[in-house]
Amino acid sequence: MSKVKKKIKSIKIDVDKCNGCRACEMICSAFHANPKYSSNNPERSRIRLIREPLKDVYLPIYAGEYAKAECMGRDKYVIDGKEYGECSFCRASCPSRDAFKEPDSGLPLKCDMCEDLPPGEKPLCVQRCLNDALIYEEREEEVEEEVKLEDVETGLESMVDKYGLQKIMDTVARMSMSKKG
Amino acid sequence: MRYAETGFNLEIDLSRGNIERVETDPKLTELHLGGLGTNAKILWDRVPPETEPFSPDNLLIFGAGLLCGTPAPGANRTIVTTYSPQTLLMAYSMMGGFWAPELKYAGYDKVIIRGKSPRLVYLWINNDKVEIRDASHLQGKGAVETQEMIRQELKEPKAQVTAIGLAGENRVYFASIEQGRSSASRGGIGAVMGDKGLKAIAVRGTKDIQIARPDEWMKLVNEVIQYIKFREKNLIPGVIPILARLGSPQEMAIHDEEWHTTNFMWGNARQRRRDFWTKEVEQQWRETQESVRTRLISCYNCPLKCGATISAPGISTYMMKCFSKLTYTMAAYSDLDFGFKIAGRATEYGVDGYSTPQVMAFALELYENGILTDEDMPGMPSDTEGRFYWLLDRIVRREGIGDVLANGTYWAAQQIGKGAEAYAHNNIKKQEQLPLKLGMLNPVYFLMYSTGEKINITQIEGQFPQAPFPTKEEREAFVKDWFQVPDERFKQYFLDWELRGENSNPYYPTVEATCEIVDWQERMHYIDDALGMCAGLSSFHLKPPYHIHNFPALISSATGIDMDEAGLSQAAKRNRTLIRAVNIRRGMRRADEKPPEDHWKKRFPELEAKLLDAYYAFKGWDHQGIPTKASLHELDLDYVAEDLEQRGIIKNE
Repeated sequence: MSKVKKKIKSIKIDVDKCNGCRACEMICSAFHANPKYSSNNPERSRIRLIREPLKDVYLPIYAGEYAKAECMGRDKYVIDGKEYGECSFCRASCPSRDAFKEPDSGLPLKCDMCEDLPPGEKPLCVQRCLNDALIYEEREEEVEEEVKLEDVETGLESMVDKYGLQKIMDTVARMSMSKKG
Repeated sequence: MRYAETGFNLEIDLSRGNIERVETDPKLTELHLGGLGTNAKILWDRVPPETEPFSPDNLLIFGAGLLCGTPAPGANRTIVTTYSPQTLLMAYSMMGGFWAPELKYAGYDKVIIRGKSPRLVYLWINNDKVEIRDASHLQGKGAVETQEMIRQELKEPKAQVTAIGLAGENRVYFASIEQGRSSASRGGIGAVMGDKGLKAIAVRGTKDIQIARPDEWMKLVNEVIQYIKFREKNLIPGVIPILARLGSPQEMAIHDEEWHTTNFMWGNARQRRRDFWTKEVEQQWRETQESVRTRLISCYNCPLKCGATISAPGISTYMMKCFSKLTYTMAAYSDLDFGFKIAGRATEYGVDGYSTPQVMAFALELYENGILTDEDMPGMPSDTEGRFYWLLDRIVRREGIGDVLANGTYWAAQQIGKGAEAYAHNNIKKQEQLPLKLGMLNPVYFLMYSTGEKINITQIEGQFPQAPFPTKEEREAFVKDWFQVPDERFKQYFLDWELRGENSNPYYPTVEATCEIVDWQERMHYIDDALGMCAGLSSFHLKPPYHIHNFPALISSATGIDMDEAGLSQAAKRNRTLIRAVNIRRGMRRADEKPPEDHWKKRFPELEAKLLDAYYAFKGWDHQGIPTKASLHELDLDYVAEDLEQRGIIKNE
């Protein structure tokens, strides 16, 4: 399989520099309001600050993929004597916690790196973090070319059209049985 | 649709256990903006002047500023209003932190508490669901400890909690209301909360705050942010470190305390130690600060770091606010290590960091001078630091002499007698002030100390330099980019102000210029306090990011209310006059309006009378400081004039 270049957008989080102000949450929710900036509500934000001031825990975390089920095992981390909760470093919007869900609909939220911004502009949370706890980085990586699922799908679709879905499913099942056997 | 504000208040009657959500009149927002302005309006309308501070009829109002919860940096202040048990006047202490924005996200602009609960309770506001909950298990718990315990029992780590400690429960006249890294400390509002049987208010909100004209609004907010960045990089030359950069101030970030320690008074506001700050002290204090300071922290949506998490050995972790770093240290003639440690205990007890150390230094002075004796102080340790802890423990429990001292220096002196009054020497309107004693009268500061309704110099000063710059070149450089002035003539006042000679204190700035300078400084604070804007990004500072020229458009685009500079100044004046009327109705008069007798060595009674006369006239008040009928009419406050007339305060000419 051939290699291709892909642009990776990332945000480096320097928790030591976080002053806990939650401007990142505020501006994220304002930017994603419709129309833009017409409202704000940190509960709609795609970045959340896990904040336990008396334990000096300040951890900005971004919304990632939606997960249908919660994890079977959950871990806790102790770093420099500070204990981080079992979901602290997890980006998932999942049934085990309230974070990263629209407050009224419960639908999952996901960070989109503010893709609506004009090219070259950094995500709003980064722009608004005046203490440089959030630093935007872009790099290029060589990745394996992905299987274009669309193509397989197109092919299958046509087979289904010709023979019917049940026939295709039966055939695939029989083939995989015999391959295993 | 309501913009920037939610349009709803929560009305809580603790006597009856009643909770109501009440829609507010948008017209009042146009007249008073919000925060302090609408708080004062409620107090005027609903609490008659005969009401005792510890009466169930006294209201305790927690108001979020108009811009709190919006993207405007620094708009996070809660304004707490009630009648003060200490001054007997209107108290409007304020706090930053995270509580006011959370309240707005829960769907409310204010929480108005009336009545008294028969047992200790706390309030839990979770969006539309509001409960009065039992707090008997929290009795006697620390203010910081309580916040954490409530978050845990509610299983709501994101709830923002404001709470009182033992001092508030025991109605200490300088008890504070604590909240995370902030507190509303002045005027004994924590005692009123304790009197109502209310230990804490927890709030969690997940609703939207709307903005009327988003594009225009964000452009203005971004300009503010750009200017904050500029100011953080470009310190103002010629002023002390804490004034050179923005912040409220950023006391936890700086080490250089030469100015405070050599200019402010030590002990019971008595002794100036000009030679105190040496290389050794600097080194030792730097080490102390860096060893206990875990992190520099901020309030909601603010990039400045004015607070710090303090973890000192032997005490529980707490978050420190700006100047309490030095108040205990200096009152006890001790060092920074002592200051950080006792402030931790004081924060848990919930007491004001200005008044408390001074009350204790006052008690020790009385003891040294034989007015208080060993009979009053049974078992008191022999070292000053030990004595401070001993006194603090007794004051917050109202034990023995602590019961007397818990009423503050003014009332304690009255009660103790035997000449103790002379030792309560640093008060204005019965309240302890910053320990400053200076030489030559400064006319601007004379008026601010005398007439400031907040009775706290840091909450009225700011826009105009505290002292003239030595050279013409420095002054010219300063005014070059001073676009925040309301009018070009303010630059001239500063350019002409000199250290010595004809154009120096106390006769320059002239009486007329002094009135204008004081009015401008005060106006900016009143605007901030209505909007919930922190003075650390605004009115407390020279050349701040928020000023009279950008506030109108910010307010207008956020709220949809038409606003220009004249309209905003008028609203600020309306609020300011209404608060004056509240206090006038409670008996405040010209005779109360004076700085501590010994604040300046060189006093000028004739000039001072002239200043007060001119300023009263400038403000539309009569010779006694009472707003005139005409000026009240001009501010749409005819109902205030009528009331004052009926009471015979305004004479029917």
